[in-house]
Amino acid sequence: MIMERFKRQIQLPQVGDSGQLKLKNAKVLVVGAGGLGCAILPYLVASGIENIGIIDGDTIEESNLHRQILYSEDTVNLKKVFAAKTQLERLNTTVKIKIYDEFLSVSNALQLFKCYNLIVDATDILKTRYLINDASVITNKPFVYGSVYRFEGQVSVFNYKNGPTYRCLFKDKNQTVTNCEDSGVLGTTVGFIGMLQANEVIKIILGIGEVLSGKLLMYNTLNNTQNCINFKKKTTIKIDEHFFNLTHSNEGIIDVCISEVLSKQTILVDVREFGETPKIELPNTIQISMSNLEKELNNLEKDKNYAIFCQSGKRSIKAIQILKQHQFKNVNNIKGGALTIQNYIKNEKCIY
Amino acid sequence: MAILKYYGAIAEATNCFEEQISVTNLNVADCVALLNKKYNLNQIQVHVALNKNLVEIDSAIKLKDSDEIALLPPFAGG
Repeated sequence: MIMERFKRQIQLPQVGDSGQLKLKNAKVLVVGAGGLGCAILPYLVASGIENIGIIDGDTIEESNLHRQILYSEDTVNLKKVFAAKTQLERLNTTVKIKIYDEFLSVSNALQLFKCYNLIVDATDILKTRYLINDASVITNKPFVYGSVYRFEGQVSVFNYKNGPTYRCLFKDKNQTVTNCEDSGVLGTTVGFIGMLQANEVIKIILGIGEVLSGKLLMYNTLNNTQNCINFKKKTTIKIDEHFFNLTHSNEGIIDVCISEVLSKQTILVDVREFGETPKIELPNTIQISMSNLEKELNNLEKDKNYAIFCQSGKRSIKAIQILKQHQFKNVNNIKGGALTIQNYIKNEKCIY
Repeated sequence: MAILKYYGAIAEATNCFEEQISVTNLNVADCVALLNKKYNLNQIQVHVALNKNLVEIDSAIKLKDSDEIALLPPFAGG
């Protein structure tokens, strides 16, 4: 049965019985079960990789269905990892899929990565990518990167046999870069880039072909052009556990610009004490001082989007940590706090 | 003339994927500064590859005709 199932790939001289055994024994962790994850996972499962981990704390939304093809109308509002596991197990009953219904964080990354041979980055947040990179370096695992911007995609393999890492390619400039939700994307584009990632995963496991290490492949699906950029390892970048903890201790907290917040359905929460200036008068703004936050939690709704600000950014980070502990999902920090918001209002001369 | 290639949000700012540039007495850093001014790329994270090799954006490497300069940002979607 097993041989029959995989015979069309076993008959490739680059695979053979020994290659199939390598696939069977490989342990792959896919971080993110969104557009890229949904493209990558079925091919990994179908190829005969028997140990697959999926980590994602997200819930399926209707607006995911056009590109996240593991999900269907009747799985909307369910947790992604559970729906993905059910669908993937139908594809191959021998595969062991371990799911983690949480987001990758500084507190779970290292322990989790140690259980796998290879990490696949299917996330859509730049900060998480640095977290994956640094955890991969510390635990000595290769990680297969893919990312999409509208009709274009990037693919690379980092930390492969001590090769260059994501930090050697893109320095951490602490900037935000828009994701699919904000910039729009076709299902076929994420599908295509995810497929290139799955292909690299299989090549790495089998030890065949040229792995995209030290190379960034860029593909444009609108005009079907592809380009490859070479980059070298930067030996000046030292990633160890101390660096890891220092860099990612505020992990999970995303800085957003006030302009981004105002264009969305987001409630602004001023956590300063009453009377602190400048007073921010914007619609959708509520004031809950830090000292009252825990008492007021029941008046907030866990599914709504909140953007928190204070004066300098210290209290807002504390507030976000408290909200996240209480299962608030969409809580971000407004970069620059009250003064930046006030300047923005002045510069935009908006009438609110 | 050298060739400029743009990716992602940079291509949207320049409104093209490719164009030519006269590079007489220009180095990489000058070229980036010039394009930054012309297209207002301040909000975008710009990285540069010269002839398909990543270089620092403040690199003093002199540009010559037929060079290919690629300007690329990191992507985040997935």
